[in-house]
Amino acid sequence: MRTLKLLIRNAFRHKLRTGLTILGITIAILAFGMLRTMVNAWYAGVEASSANRLVIRNAISLVFPLPLAYKDKIRQVNGVTLVSWGNWFGGVYIEEKNFFPNFAVDPRSFLALYPEYIIPDLQRATFLNDRKGAVAGKKIAEKFGWKVGDTVTLKGTIFPGNWEFTIRAIYRGKDRSVDETQFFFHWDYLNETMKKTAARRADQAGYYIIGIANPNLAGEVSTTIDATFKNSLAETLTETEKAFQMSFVSMTEAILIAIQLVSIVIIVIIMAVVANTMAMTARERIGEYAVFKTLGFGGWFIAGLIFGESLIISLTGTAIGIGLTFPVAAAFADYLGTYFPIFFVERQTVFMDIAAGTVVGLVAALFPTWRAVRIRIADGLRRIG
Amino acid sequence: MKVPVSYSFRNLWTRRLTTILTASGMALVVFVFAAILMLAEGLQKTLVDTGSWDNVVLIRKGSQSEVQSGIERLQASVIETQPEVAVGPGGRRMLAKEVVVLISLPKRGTDKPSNVIIRGVSEESLAMRPQVKLVEGRLPRPSSSEIIAGESVSRRFTGAGIGETLRFGMRDWTVVGIFDAGNTGFSSEIWGDADQLMQAFRRPVYSSVIFKLRDASAFDAFKARVESDPRLTVEAKRETRFYADQSEMMAKFLRILGMSLTIIFSLGAVIGAMITMYAAVANRTAEIGTLRALGFQRRSILGAFLMEALLLGFIGGTVGLFFASFLQLLTISTLNFQTFSELAFSFTLTVEIVWQALLFSLIMGFVGGVLPAFRASRMKIVDALRTT
Repeated sequence: MRTLKLLIRNAFRHKLRTGLTILGITIAILAFGMLRTMVNAWYAGVEASSANRLVIRNAISLVFPLPLAYKDKIRQVNGVTLVSWGNWFGGVYIEEKNFFPNFAVDPRSFLALYPEYIIPDLQRATFLNDRKGAVAGKKIAEKFGWKVGDTVTLKGTIFPGNWEFTIRAIYRGKDRSVDETQFFFHWDYLNETMKKTAARRADQAGYYIIGIANPNLAGEVSTTIDATFKNSLAETLTETEKAFQMSFVSMTEAILIAIQLVSIVIIVIIMAVVANTMAMTARERIGEYAVFKTLGFGGWFIAGLIFGESLIISLTGTAIGIGLTFPVAAAFADYLGTYFPIFFVERQTVFMDIAAGTVVGLVAALFPTWRAVRIRIADGLRRIG
Repeated sequence: MKVPVSYSFRNLWTRRLTTILTASGMALVVFVFAAILMLAEGLQKTLVDTGSWDNVVLIRKGSQSEVQSGIERLQASVIETQPEVAVGPGGRRMLAKEVVVLISLPKRGTDKPSNVIIRGVSEESLAMRPQVKLVEGRLPRPSSSEIIAGESVSRRFTGAGIGETLRFGMRDWTVVGIFDAGNTGFSSEIWGDADQLMQAFRRPVYSSVIFKLRDASAFDAFKARVESDPRLTVEAKRETRFYADQSEMMAKFLRILGMSLTIIFSLGAVIGAMITMYAAVANRTAEIGTLRALGFQRRSILGAFLMEALLLGFIGGTVGLFFASFLQLLTISTLNFQTFSELAFSFTLTVEIVWQALLFSLIMGFVGGVLPAFRASRMKIVDALRTT
């Protein structure tokens, strides 16, 4: 107990220096936590995917459609319980910067496949009955002030024209890992319009999503489906929803690696700062350590003093940093929701913060300890300043 | 009388460990700062160089990229007959009707797929892009299943090297040549015959029409007329503008991320410098008193300590820049959110970035040193001498 008191007294002997060091650690841990959260946000789509869903797309690339006629052949494959299809619509709401994902989906099968989108029963029924109806996520509905019954116009980028929708339902996620910034509408609305304006683009689905009875069947079902359409005009590529989402992540891997590297760099920077503080502290107290040695305290005690002080400083900073991460992350999510629809601090991030703070404290104390423990009593007492 | 610079320098030298730790913190910050500027510069350069000022790109109204766009053959022909289109050698119109689609190809080594732009070109396409040069092999013969690949694509994707074949659209396509388009987006593309690709992909429409203006200043008039032409549903942009727009979101993202990181990092480094300088002042109280007693003025003391902090910043800046300059050897390839395709670009160091980074490191040193230096200069002689 007395040792702890000594440690704290020691740590705060130089109030200004310790204060500055703690501030530095706070900033570093805050930045580290935010960067890790950003990396997690990148993987949000992967995390939210279900093992019971497979995605079928054109083998050439996502921009090529698949014929609608495939749906019946897919349904015949053993293990497939539900078939849904849709198109990435890519509509723009007023301005390009108001980006949110919008899809044309086959509503009944879609809602059955995605139980994580929770919609009140009444809204669900009106949405299903209105071909121009749309479902919006809670977050974008709040952002643009949409209410059920409002009319929303999207400007088509892939499908030309202005498209009018009536918001019939607003969904919320089952938990916070569900993206609440999406917008879905009836695929038939898109298809019927295409039949009138560009007949060659009608009856073409951008992708299929299928439900399978058992996740263990995923490999078998994928192979069967791809074999069915082999050597046709539109060959398919079937993969689990997780692999599909992962392909987007891996395409932006360079940025992701950069963020991860940078999050380590900030820790190294702060390590240099704390090591500097500890080196100065230990140098000033060489005389005191010599006195401790004279009184009979061993090298371990002195090492403990320096490590303890270093850890107290770094962990205080870490604690404040973690405390600040939550409000800052919330503000960030509000501000940059377009880029990161799902942005929250995971428990794992907090653990990593603590680990980083501890490592900083330990590494910073290493060199000064080595010097303080090795010094001979006479040399230590002789030194001034 | 001024305190000699060597005094500041030797102070740093005496306390080497502290100096190294502080300067390396700053060096890392300058490294990140320079890296971000270099990345933004590289991205910008890639996309600005991709276009030519006197070329015009036409895509379907409302579509944001060539991949989303579609222009019917009839409309393309209407554009072809516009009087603004330049006439090249041999009396041919300098206009290309192109088809642009994405195909997903596996990367060499990892086998992870990524989206690559494949561009169906016509005869004039090459003549209108002087930045594109064939470096290996030959041009594809017209109306054949032959393609040429950009330098960066052929290096990074399986099957895109010379003599290799790619399979898509139920056909095998032989890579007969590699082209180098320097630091432009074209290096990340594959080119083939437009009509063959339209056949293979069952896509009976063009994606874009590109032509060279007869008179570069005639663009505005052309744009106004063509966009109000009831036969056409197109949007005209200068090629330079077109490519700059396509990277806007990406550049903005990099800039926001980069700047916020730099600010946070520099706070950390400034705190480090401040700690070091406060300690330097505290340790040398008696020394400062002596200097003052010898007749050095407050201003000189302030100058000496500021000089020490600036030197610290300068060392950090130089080291950081030194390591950042090696980044030029790296090429980054990532997905451009807006075109949904791979884009390769490299870190580019310019003289301007060198100045900015050095200035930045000096500012960090100054901010970290100014308060401690003031404290040093305001000490009373007697008090300072009395402390041991």
